[in-house]
Amino acid sequence: MDEKLLEISNLRTYFFTEAGVVKALDGMSLEVYKGQAVGLVGESGSGKSVTAQSVLRIVPRPGRIVDGSVKFEGEELLTKKEDEMRKLRGRKMAIVFQDPTTSLNPLYTVEKQLTDILMLHKDLSKDDASKQALHLLDRVGIQDPERRLKTYPHELSGGMKQRIAIARALACDPVLLFADEPTTNLDVTIQAQVLELLKQLQRELNMTMVMITHDMGIIADMTERVTVLYAGKVMEVADTQTLFKSPKHPYTEALLKAVPSVKQTRALEVIPGNIPNLIEPPTGCVFHPRCKYAKDVCVKKEPELERVEEGHYAACHFWRELELEGRGG
Amino acid sequence: MPHVISGVNLSLREEVAETQESMHSSDRILEVDSLVKYFDVFERGILRKKTIGEVHAVDHVTFHIFAGETLGLVGESGCGKTTAGKVILLLEEPTSGSIRFEGTDVVDTFQHGHQDDAKRLRRSMQMVFQNPYNSLDPRMTVYDIISEAFVIHRHIPKSQWTDRVYELLRMVNLEEYHAERYPHEFSGGQRQRIAIARALAVDPKFVILDEPVSSLDVSIRAQILNLLIDLQKKQHLSYLYISHDLSSVRQISQRVAVMYLGEIVELASANELFDRPLHPYTQALISAVPVPDPEHKTTRIILPGEVPSPINPPKGCRFHPRCPHATDICKDVAPTFEDRLVQEHFVACHHADKFV
Repeated sequence: MDEKLLEISNLRTYFFTEAGVVKALDGMSLEVYKGQAVGLVGESGSGKSVTAQSVLRIVPRPGRIVDGSVKFEGEELLTKKEDEMRKLRGRKMAIVFQDPTTSLNPLYTVEKQLTDILMLHKDLSKDDASKQALHLLDRVGIQDPERRLKTYPHELSGGMKQRIAIARALACDPVLLFADEPTTNLDVTIQAQVLELLKQLQRELNMTMVMITHDMGIIADMTERVTVLYAGKVMEVADTQTLFKSPKHPYTEALLKAVPSVKQTRALEVIPGNIPNLIEPPTGCVFHPRCKYAKDVCVKKEPELERVEEGHYAACHFWRELELEGRGG
Repeated sequence: MPHVISGVNLSLREEVAETQESMHSSDRILEVDSLVKYFDVFERGILRKKTIGEVHAVDHVTFHIFAGETLGLVGESGCGKTTAGKVILLLEEPTSGSIRFEGTDVVDTFQHGHQDDAKRLRRSMQMVFQNPYNSLDPRMTVYDIISEAFVIHRHIPKSQWTDRVYELLRMVNLEEYHAERYPHEFSGGQRQRIAIARALAVDPKFVILDEPVSSLDVSIRAQILNLLIDLQKKQHLSYLYISHDLSSVRQISQRVAVMYLGEIVELASANELFDRPLHPYTQALISAVPVPDPEHKTTRIILPGEVPSPINPPKGCRFHPRCPHATDICKDVAPTFEDRLVQEHFVACHHADKFV
């Protein structure tokens, strides 16, 4: 049996705003095995970014983890002291954010951003750290790395900045990498370059990766397993192939049918309504106001995440009865 | 006897009207010929600004749009697609080239024509912008936002304004009571519906849609795309759909033009272009889009490097520094844009015959 690297169970992260309590994550669970590429897919407000923030314990205020457990390499993270967490962040767990313009420090050269982390976590001398930084730039495919080390972020293009952010995340050979919408701000051809780079690095370094995205195309391309999130709750978990072929949750089905493809045209099925307000989420199943199969019980009772088959779980009262359509074929 | 004659006349007139209509539907509503837009690049001196170069944002772009059709205009950021859209509506002045809308010279009308003619033209051509968070005035109610067009164009009497606003709201699947609300009370998808209602308030024939779904959530995009397709059929609208998202372009467009560094490099029907792309850039672009099907085996064409600066675009074919098929001729000679190989499939590439 593979080694379980990360285990999130029943995690609740709430934001205590003036308008009320936003339940950004409300009973989230996730298992990630070593070497896997796992996808977290959802729309804005689904809680996919907050999941990464919660694991790294960098939830911005007024957010707070109120309940649950996060185990990394068998150790509980939520009870760790801040200085223990600091030793993990950037070293064993790293993250690449969506927008490299804000995630890189504009006042530091590329060299400083990379050597700082190497000197801190790996205890390297300045010269050794510089050599290592050069090697990192080379590894993420940056041409003319000597010159690039001396530049500031604003002198670089979006794609190049994201490569630097990836280099920084990889600096200390992390065991677990969160990629939080790493290509959303990039052009299509640059996105292809960055995705290809992440794939290659994951293969070569046998790194475990959690890919956070709203793009079903990226999920299909990059991941082995997927967790579908909606309004802070897990709707479905499955192998990527299975999820696309035979989804068991109406939200997954709806999502698959609502995205156009470059390969063919077909009538898009619309998901009616809007993303729910998380201060007062819908009663029962959170998806019921937009679900075309919803019945009375969905309004009253929240469905549990039930086992469909080995490795496939769905949170729907009717997963047995419904014959949902997948994509492809 | 006169009855018969008038009967004959009537059927004749109908016939004429019919042929006119069929002619009209295949008519070119918009013709853009050799459109150029350069932006000067300045260097600030002590006394005066000095021009040190030009950004070739739109460089000799030629295309037309038929009445009732959607032309997709795709390309990456900085390729000039949005500038092209703005120049067509004369929100930016073109450097040179001609734009004809239903035969009327747009540039001439706006610059030298009578104000009434310019207004009439403005009514026919509208735009929906990418970000509905910026494009709607936060201090105006939805009613004011939509009826502002009536204040300016005065094309309907004041007594009918309220009814017309309600009608427009219903057209975009919003409710009448939404009229009294402010933009911040709406979600992104709803705001984009308001922006569409505002564009339609002057009964335009042609609407430029600049990335209308890019800032919206996945489950909302399909709502807006379907709404746009629906409105097009009902109102007989023509669209220029500008986007970097190839999947949505394929979904909504009948024909598609691909832009790179200010130039159109390929133009064909949507199916033809996506199934048999002839330009290496189009091929790379299409192959780069992740397909939502895990069994789809992609052979991704990864282009080296990034889009060069439009201030000094590369000589010859502008794509040659990144092109996997480039040869010596590509470095020196700019390829012509023609449909020599496949009819109605225009491509600007010296080696396109390899890909037929």
